[in-house]
Amino acid sequence: MNDLSKTPIVPHDGTDAEARPVFATERRVLGLPVSAWPGIIAPIAIGILMLALWEALVRIKGIPSYILPGPLLIVRTLVEDWGTLSEALLVTLRVTLAALAAAIVVGVSLAVIFTQSKWLEKSLFPYAVILQVTPIVAIAPLIIIWVGDIKLSLLICAWIVSFFPILSNTIIGLNSADHNLINLFQLYGANRWQTLRYLRLPAALPFFLAGLKISGGLALIGAVVAEFVAGTGGSASGLAYRILESGYQLRIPRMFAALLMISLSGIAIFFVTSTIAYLALRRWHESAVAREN
Amino acid sequence: MANFPGNARAVSADGANAALRERPLVSLRDVSKQFSNGTLAIRGVDLDIAAGEFLSLLGPSGCGKSTLLRIIAGLGAPSAGTISWPTAIHDASGHAERQLGFVFQDPTLMPWANVLRNVMLPLTLARASKADAVPRAAEMIELVGLKGFEKAYPRELSGGMRMRVSIARALVTRPRILLMDEPFAALDEITRHRLNDDLLALWWQQRFTVVFVTHSVFESVYLSQRIVVMAARPGRVMADFGVDAPYPRDSLFRTSAEYGRICRVASEALAQAIAA
Repeated sequence: MNDLSKTPIVPHDGTDAEARPVFATERRVLGLPVSAWPGIIAPIAIGILMLALWEALVRIKGIPSYILPGPLLIVRTLVEDWGTLSEALLVTLRVTLAALAAAIVVGVSLAVIFTQSKWLEKSLFPYAVILQVTPIVAIAPLIIIWVGDIKLSLLICAWIVSFFPILSNTIIGLNSADHNLINLFQLYGANRWQTLRYLRLPAALPFFLAGLKISGGLALIGAVVAEFVAGTGGSASGLAYRILESGYQLRIPRMFAALLMISLSGIAIFFVTSTIAYLALRRWHESAVAREN
Repeated sequence: MANFPGNARAVSADGANAALRERPLVSLRDVSKQFSNGTLAIRGVDLDIAAGEFLSLLGPSGCGKSTLLRIIAGLGAPSAGTISWPTAIHDASGHAERQLGFVFQDPTLMPWANVLRNVMLPLTLARASKADAVPRAAEMIELVGLKGFEKAYPRELSGGMRMRVSIARALVTRPRILLMDEPFAALDEITRHRLNDDLLALWWQQRFTVVFVTHSVFESVYLSQRIVVMAARPGRVMADFGVDAPYPRDSLFRTSAEYGRICRVASEALAQAIAA
């Protein structure tokens, strides 16, 4: 091959070579570019302001804690009841993550199968829609009766709620591969598996990740809602049961503490899925790349 | 236009003629293509493409030149007529091993893969080992002038650089024929001239065959040994002539009287095709 590369074309200085990879040159504070900070500080400031208002309102009006506890009391309760609450949190998170994992596996697998066979998609997709549109609260009791095992029932409920966004997004993604690229793969005699692996799956990644962001939150909601319906007691119960229990016992601060934990878990899940999406797409997808103009 | 009876060679290139006397690389006989909506995209095209030839398909939009190129590539069979590859190796079922590279109007790169992996794609799909594919891809990247950009992603490159990646990918399998579908139409003129020169240099070094679809008279004359002018509705061959100017061609040729003369000839042929 040496004979062919005797006179390589030299890279040019101007015209079409002017666009070099863009590297951020902005000054950084604590690892983040200066311009990113207002976006972080502003919501935190608003949050602190609202909490202070809340605390002040509760104190000035003398609102009893069984109606509306102040934020400080909630935090104190959270610390005092950490043992019970953290155990419940773990139970809920375990169900959530297991359901999300199942949603990813089943959602992506079904999407791949559907795009390989139009007939399978046509015959099965309506049932996925039915599962999606039926309120989980309405079918949860049935599932609990049929399955028997409470943990498994909760997992199935959370899975039903969370798998659809992954399924439908991934289907769109798998079908959205550039038509010319599909032609190119044809030209080079790529088989189905190669087209799937090197073209359709990567093309579907941004869509899948968008679905994952939605499904992460839904899995948590599903887990909590199903537990409300199941109303499991005992040591293996999750945050939803703790909320129910606190309601019965008028331990409202504890109810708020449990609520806070659910919200924080949801935020954490969203943050993690968003970070995964950002890391996976930042080099190439328009939704994640930093633009200079 | 007495100069231009249809399907005849008014100006002939000796090199192209000599090559054509041998068996052509690709031979199209009475090729037609009708789309399912009834549109007759091309009708009765006869065309022999010689090995090593630089041929341009020139015509107004809608004349079926892209369709013809895709048919040669095997993307969609013709409705009628035959395409043969007389000198290609044929497999047991009679399919010719075409050994071609294709460059689309858009660079058509995988945005999720860096330059190296994009250029490697044809080798990856042919199940070449990494140890074999990486150096070949790297060599081709260097050849198109993108050394140092192996790890860059397509969106970090300019339009011209992306097109270079696309050309490198098409050439990485060392095809016998390179099919290009208006590859530089979307680029600015300076970049286009540069890519024209570099494409000619690559062709001159490696001696593959090029079929270059364009609607630019100037581009086709600058690049080609032979220009096939097509007319629209239905797409058909109107004129077929050689460009009798020696290679290597450079900016001196672009400003020469000879270039101007051939451009005028080609423009007239094109005008006639549009009027037809």
